[in-house]
This record gives sequence, C-alpha cells and structure tokens, in this order.
Amino acid sequence: MNKNYMVSLIAVIVLFLIAYVGTQLGAGVQMVFGILVPYLAVALFVAGFIRRVMGWSRSAVPFRITTTCGQQPSLPGFKQAKIDNPSTTFGVVVRMFLEIVCFRSLFRNTKMKLHGGTKMTHQLEIFLWVGALAFHYAFFTVVVRHLRFFTEPVPFFVTILEKVDSFMRIEILYDAVQAGLPGVYMSGLVLVAAAIYLFLRRVFIPQVRYISLVNDFFPLFLIIAIAISGIFMRYLTKVDIVAIKELTMGLVTFRPTIPDGVSYLFFAHMFMVSVLLAYFPFSKLMHMGGVFLSPTRNMTGNTRQVRHVNPWNHPVKVHTYEEYEDDFREKMIEVGLPVVKMPEEKA
Amino acid sequence: MADELITPDELLSKIDHRPSGAGWMDTPVDIRKGMYCYASNPKSVETLGLPNARAWNPLDEDWKLPENWQQIIHEGFKERLEKFRSFKVFMDICVRCGACADKCHFFIGTGDPKNMPVVRAELLRSVYRNDFTTAGKILGKLGGARPMSLDVLKEWWYYMFQCTECRRCSVFCPYGIDTAEITIMARELLNLLGLNIDWIATPVANCYRTGNHLGIQPHAFKDMLDFFVEDIEEVTGVLVNPAYMEKDADILFITPSGDVFADPGTYTCMGYMLLFHYLEEKYGLKVTWSTYASEGGNFGFFTSHETMKRLNSKMYAEARRLGVKWILGGECGHMWRVISQYMDTMNGPADFLEEPVNPITGTKFENAVSTKVVHITEFTADLIRHDKLELDPGRNDNQIITFHDSCNPARGMGLLDEPRYVIQNVANHYYEMPANTIREQTFCCGSGAGLNAGENMELRMAGGFPRANAVRHVHETHGVNMLACVCAIDRAALPASMEYWVPEVDVTGVTELVANALIMPGEKDRKTDLRGEPLPGMEE
Amino acid sequence: MRRAKSLAAKKKEILKSWFKVTVDSYPADTARFLKGQKDPFANPVGDTTYRSLGALLDALENGSAPEVMAKALDPILRIRAVQPMSPSQATRFVFSLKQIIRQHLPDNGRAGAGDFRDMDVKIDEMALAAFDIYVACREKVFELKATESRKQFFGSLKRAGLMVETEADGPGF
Repeated sequence: MNKNYMVSLIAVIVLFLIAYVGTQLGAGVQMVFGILVPYLAVALFVAGFIRRVMGWSRSAVPFRITTTCGQQPSLPGFKQAKIDNPSTTFGVVVRMFLEIVCFRSLFRNTKMKLHGGTKMTHQLEIFLWVGALAFHYAFFTVVVRHLRFFTEPVPFFVTILEKVDSFMRIEILYDAVQAGLPGVYMSGLVLVAAAIYLFLRRVFIPQVRYISLVNDFFPLFLIIAIAISGIFMRYLTKVDIVAIKELTMGLVTFRPTIPDGVSYLFFAHMFMVSVLLAYFPFSKLMHMGGVFLSPTRNMTGNTRQVRHVNPWNHPVKVHTYEEYEDDFREKMIEVGLPVVKMPEEKA
Repeated sequence: MADELITPDELLSKIDHRPSGAGWMDTPVDIRKGMYCYASNPKSVETLGLPNARAWNPLDEDWKLPENWQQIIHEGFKERLEKFRSFKVFMDICVRCGACADKCHFFIGTGDPKNMPVVRAELLRSVYRNDFTTAGKILGKLGGARPMSLDVLKEWWYYMFQCTECRRCSVFCPYGIDTAEITIMARELLNLLGLNIDWIATPVANCYRTGNHLGIQPHAFKDMLDFFVEDIEEVTGVLVNPAYMEKDADILFITPSGDVFADPGTYTCMGYMLLFHYLEEKYGLKVTWSTYASEGGNFGFFTSHETMKRLNSKMYAEARRLGVKWILGGECGHMWRVISQYMDTMNGPADFLEEPVNPITGTKFENAVSTKVVHITEFTADLIRHDKLELDPGRNDNQIITFHDSCNPARGMGLLDEPRYVIQNVANHYYEMPANTIREQTFCCGSGAGLNAGENMELRMAGGFPRANAVRHVHETHGVNMLACVCAIDRAALPASMEYWVPEVDVTGVTELVANALIMPGEKDRKTDLRGEPLPGMEE
Repeated sequence: MRRAKSLAAKKKEILKSWFKVTVDSYPADTARFLKGQKDPFANPVGDTTYRSLGALLDALENGSAPEVMAKALDPILRIRAVQPMSPSQATRFVFSLKQIIRQHLPDNGRAGAGDFRDMDVKIDEMALAAFDIYVACREKVFELKATESRKQFFGSLKRAGLMVETEADGPGF
C-alpha cells in the first residue's frame, strides 16, 4: 500500500463526488460549478502560467552550459554533430523541435545485450518513450478536439482531426448500448491506456516508485478520471451535446448560462478539468513551459566562438602576478626564472 | 527435516540492516567511512577568505555551524534562484520520469538509491518546495516538501560530494536537467557554511597562492621540468629546452599541474615538451610555460562560481602580460569545461589575444576565435592532417589502446573525434569500448569533481566500476592493455581503479603516445619509450 | 555425488534463487534494478554477480579445484568489498546457498543427508575462500589508500632527485 497514490486517488474521487453530487442540489450550485469555477480556473491557469514563465525568465542566464551530446565544430575533416552539439540557432531549433516533438532524449535509452560469446546487439528500451509519446499526443488531440465546444463555426482543422481520430469506427449493436455508436475516438482510449501505463510504471518499477510523490500520482489520476468521464458521456450515457455546447459557448462569449438538461456527469467532468487547469501552474505540469527554457538544451554550444555575456559578472579578488612575484622573487631568481622587478639591494 | 530449516527469505528477514523500503525522506543519512572525504582544513578556508573556517569532523554530531545557518542557506538559495535560470527551471520542471535513475555511475556502482540523479536533485528540491513554493507550503511532506534541518544538511553534504558533476544523466533527461548544475549550486550553499572537503579546499588555496593545486613553488616547478629534460635526453638523445614566461612567445601553454608532478601524467608532460621542441626546431614555433599560470585544472569550479573565476583569471592575465598570440591548453577534463563554457564569459573578452591560427599549417581554429584557447589534441590533429609531424606509429605497437572519453570534454565541449584521430595516427592497435560507455555516454572515472582523495577509496572504486567493467571487456576481447585519456584527473584516478579492477591495463595521456611515435630531429636510436619500457623489437 | 548430479538438473532454478537472495542484500529499489537491467555495461554489478554465481555453481557441480572456485568468487567479492556493506553482509550470500539447495533438491531421507553434508562442506570451503578474497580486496583498497599518492607524487619527485631516497624507502614512511 502506497500512501502517495492512495491519497491522490482519494483526492480525485472526492473531487468528482463534490461536483457530481453538489450539482444535484440545485441551480445555484450549478452556477458555481458551471460558470464560476471554470472562470476562476482559467484565470488561475493563465495568470499562474504567465507568472511562472516570467519568474523563470527573470532569472539570469550567466553561462552557456549546453549539454553537448556529439562532436563539436572543429577542424575540417571532423564532422560536427550539428543537432546534438549545435553551434547555430538553426541547430538549436532542430534540437529543441526533436526534443519537444519526438522526446529524443528518452529515445536515447538504448541498451546492449551480450549474446553468449562476444556478439553484441543493440536494443532500444522504448517503453517509457512510447508511453510518454502516446500520452502526450493523445492529450494534445483530445484538447484540440474539444475546441469544437468553444468555437462556432468549428474550424476546419478540428473537423479534420476528428475524422482522423475516429478513423476506427466501431459499431456495437447491443440492446444496452444504443445502435450506431458515434465514431470512436482513438485519442481518448489511448490517453487512458497511456496514463494507466504511466501509473503502473510508477507502482511497479522500483526506482520510479522510490522517487514518485503525491504530485506525480494526482495529475495522472485526475487525467484518467477526466478521460473516463468524457468517454462515458460520449459513448454510454449520451449526454445532451446541444445543451453542453450552449453552456460552453456561453462561457467563451462571456454570456454564461446554464441551460436545462446538462448532465451531472458533465459538471463533474468540467470541474475536474477546472481543477487540472488551476493545479497546472503550481505543479510539475509546468514542464510544458519549462522545457523551452532549459539552458542545457536551448542554447548553442559555441561559447568558444561567440562570447556569452553574464549580466551579473561580479568582480572577484584575484592573486595578481605582481603579488605572486613578491611572494617568490628570490626563489625564482635562484633557478633562473625571469622576474619583472629585481629585488632591492639589502642595506 | 525440512521444517527445521529457515527459508532464504526468512533468513533475510532476520537481517536488520536491509532497508525497509521506506521512502527516501524517511531514511536518515548514514555517513559511512570510505564514502566521504575529510573536512576542509581551516587554514585553506581562511586563505581564500571563505566563511566559517574551523576544524570539524563529518562524523561528529556537531558540525560547528554558525547560529543562523538556516537563514544563510535560505538566503543563499534565493539568491541563486535569481542568478541562475538553470537552477530555478531545474527545481521546477522535473517530472520524475526516472530516465536518469540508472545512468549514474555512483548509483550503478554503490547501489545506494540516493545516488540516483533524480533523488540527488530531490534532496534540494524538497527544501525548495518547502521554502519557495505555495504548493509545498500547503501540502508539506505530502507534496514532497520538507524543512531544512541538520539531518537534511548532512545528507546534502554526503551526497553532493558523491557526485562527480559528469553530466551523464543530463544526456538522457527529456528536459536536459543537469545534476552537475544542481551539485554545483548545492556545493556553493554548503561552502557558505564552511562545509567543503579538504581535497578541494586545500588545492584551491594552493592554487590561489602558488599558481597550482599542489602548492608547488616556482623553483620546484622548474626543477621538475629540468628533470624531465634529463629524462628525455636519456630516452631520445635530444636536449629539449622549455621556455618559461618568455615575453612575446607565440603561444602560452597551460596544463594541469598533475601532469608535472604525478605519474603517469609526467610522461604526458614529457610528451608536450618533446612536441614543442620538435615544432621549434622544425618550424621555429615558440611555446612558453608559466609558473604563475601553472595550473590548467580548476578546483575552484568544485567550490563556487566565484572561486572558479578567481583561479581562472590567471590564464588570461598571464597571456596578456607575456604578450603571446593565443593559449594552448593541455590534456585536462574540467579545465576544458571551464575554458569552453565559462572562461570567456567570466574573464574575457580576450581582445588582447589574436584569433588562433596554427602558424605552421595556416589553419585558423574557427571554433576558438573568441576564447583563443586551443586544445592540444585539436592542435596535434591539425599538424598530423597537414603531415607536419614525422611519426613512427610502430613504436607504440606494444600498446593495445582504448580511449576513455573524459566527462567534461565529452559533455561540456564535444571533443570526441580529435583525440581518436591523433591516437589512430600515432598507434596501430586501437579498439573502442561498447557504445553506451563512450563518447557522450561515457562513464566517469569515478573520481572527478574533486573526489580523487585517498580516504574515499571505496566510493571511487565503486563509482569507477562501470568504466572499469567496459575496459575489462575490451581487455578480454581485444587484449587491450592501455587506457588512453585526455584528463589529468583520469590519469591520477584511473591507475588505482585499473589496479583494483583490471590490473593488466595501464593508463596514458594521448600526447605521451604522440611523443613516443614522434621522430625527433637528431634523435639517437631510441630503445625505450618515455617510461623506460623497451620499444617493440628492442626487448632483450 | 548423486547430489551433484541432481544439482546439475536444477541448476537454473537454484541460480535464479541464489541470485535473487544475493541481490536482495541491496536496498529494495537497487535490487530490482540489478535484477531487471540485462545490459552488462549499464548494469555491471548485476551482470557480474550473476555470472559469478553461475560459475560458482559450475565449480560446485564439477567439484572443481579451490583455484577455480576462487576465480569465480573474485569478481563478486571485489564489488562487494567496496560497496557500503559490512563484511557479513558482503559474504552472507555464500551461506544462503545451503538453504537454497535444500529448497530445490528433494529430500531423500537418511540416504540423502550424507550428500547434503558433502555439499555443506564444499560450501563451507567456498565461504572460507570468500573471506580470504574479501579481506584481500579490502587490503588492496587500503594499500591503494596508503600508496596511491606516494606512487604518483613521490615517485616522480624521487626520480627527479627532489626527494632523498632513503627517506622515501626507509622504515616508517
């Protein structure tokens, strides 16, 4: 039994129940969960995010401490690793792009195996990489898809993405599940699966369990709960989409209303999203912004070619050559080392 | 009968030393002999004017801290968060994915889970959350926060001096979080309370006063080089004539003092002297040494940014005083991290020097036009490429060589192919170690960042094991008997590591190999290499 | 000797249990890493331990000479001698083999007891060899502590004639 994930799990369940049960109490509470809380959450998210990024950018970058992961620019004949050890802004951009879009460093986790004698094979340790990619891309797709609820007309890219995402169309003709299910979005399922993988990893891989905190489990559970409630609404309980869109459009156009027929599950879903938004700037989720600001990766490694200026280059006390010669003059002369000042004649 | 026996698991359950599997925050630090270095000598701390100079012992309950030490740490922390974006971002964005966990040679070698890079950083992060974040203040321990206490401080000290700032973890981190940077900050904070180790503090004090870590005074420095002159004459029949602080020489040469005073670096030093003599005889190039700037290494880097700058200032100051064109740097690890990523920013611009051009080949070192410091293997590689050195690689035929990338030139500069090119041109038998142990994934020698003391030998051997294991592999498969490197700490630390793990393998600098192959003008029939070992075919 | 034969049949399982017990002397998180990571270069401790134990079982099975046993013991003890563990923790794995073999090999009653005794004697010998090697490794570490800097620094100073010979080599140095 791990306290860290139990606490997180209970917290998420409590959050869900607060909204799910609370909104059944009446219109006033629905106003709170449907209008007040989302506005507050978005405000917290935006203000918190900006404050955090501003906080980082206010800190100085005194040195160029690029992690060089390849051959430096050198003499002709030595091939520079232009991406892994970039000396141009273009190289840095490519490096950052590959890092952010492909999680390149995680992909570096290769391992080798010795087979019997001396034959060696390389093998990728790709589970973390695949899991992380799946999670982030699914999350991204889900977020973009949800733009449908906040725009009118729905932008073309959202529609295209939906088409691609629901490419796998499953039609289940059960009595319990109504016929003609809407196209199944892969992203939702992948998101849940990947988040569960990332959770299990934290429980079962001992090193990762050792380092995991409540702050690591809580967002995972929250995202899983959000995704599952969303999937439930879409495929099983068949919520009133028109009413929901009226509510969400009301929010973005600053004419908030609570239409009739919005399900309690939706309020719970939206409340959990609000919590995630509000929590975001105060948590490790800020890696989304921070990854752009990491000095070991977002700088060129060309410090020998172009001088980097430290904004607070404090002067320091140094031991000058003159002081040094004063300390050792006689000894230097004795062994024939050149000195600047000859010793004064002794009286 | 069977029921009389206890099962292995029961047996194990009786061992009370086995950690209970409690979280790291609930496991107090256990300072073990062999894993830590002695506390700094108060005299050295005083010489540098650093705070809280006093005699203290890490094993004592009382570390003789100033009354307001918690406040000092808090304010120091705050100041560094503002001065270093790296520190602030790294405190905030780790998602604890665990990609770094098993990349640290100290974790792999010692098996101590607090040596996972992420935990090393969490030691600081936990205090950061408590002191500087809202969430940490509200959630407390549940949110991974804990207040600064004496136990936490001791834990910091113990584990921050079990990190060699090698940056291997940083290569695998999706955000580039660099544990070296975190260790550097933590050591700065510890230094505010006078909590350094003597193996760092005393070399720093020495270097400040005498110009080098070993505290060698100018006359002894010259005596030593004079002795090498004799040795070289004995081996090659050539009388070399090193220049000291010669004004208007072409190039100032600076190398770690370890090369001058510690075996087997001394042979590398003789290598430099032979090379420079060759270039002077053949091409009239004038290289000078300096006793004032007689230290390339910089243990100040392991103390604080400020101390690093104080020690480093001598390089440019001396180059300026002597009026040389540019600086040539010897084989050293962290010296090159400092030159490559800090020197120009701290003590530059070096506008009094010329953009470095090799006067013999005409090659301009485009990659060093601002710092004006060229690496010896870049320089040698350029000479070889232009066929300016007459070489007999066969003289190195007794050596079956592999190359150990030193952490700093690899991950703080990118000097990877140059030394390999040089080795392969001066020797015939060369083999690489497995790919996940070289180049940017190289394993530390286990003794970097000021940890190559004697008292922490167990730590060094355990931390050096991943490297030694890869050496053993090439020793067993290819018969490798010589481990080449471009770092003075490697040359000081790896011989012990090899003696313990792979006794059949010796350690050499790259320039030593160059000098053995270099056909000197007017040399006698050379029978031995620089170490006095018979050359191939010269064995009795 | 029959026991040795049945040992051969069950070697795989015995090795697996023995390895598990041996690495379980590390903190849980480390132990799991040592068991899980198969790359010999990313996990040299786990790999060396595994190979050492395998070689020891081979030696036991074949009734090999003490030198063979010592050669198999060396790599694992060389590691444990520099890790943060006590001498008893470092060598305990040898004794745990007795329990493991009994767990895996069927008990043949009275007739089998003699075989177990033979095996126990062999394992005791292995333990004694382990002590020797462990202590030798510790001695090596202390020798390195004592002589490393002397070799490096005084060696060159002596060669340079900057240090008087007798002083360097004399007693009590």
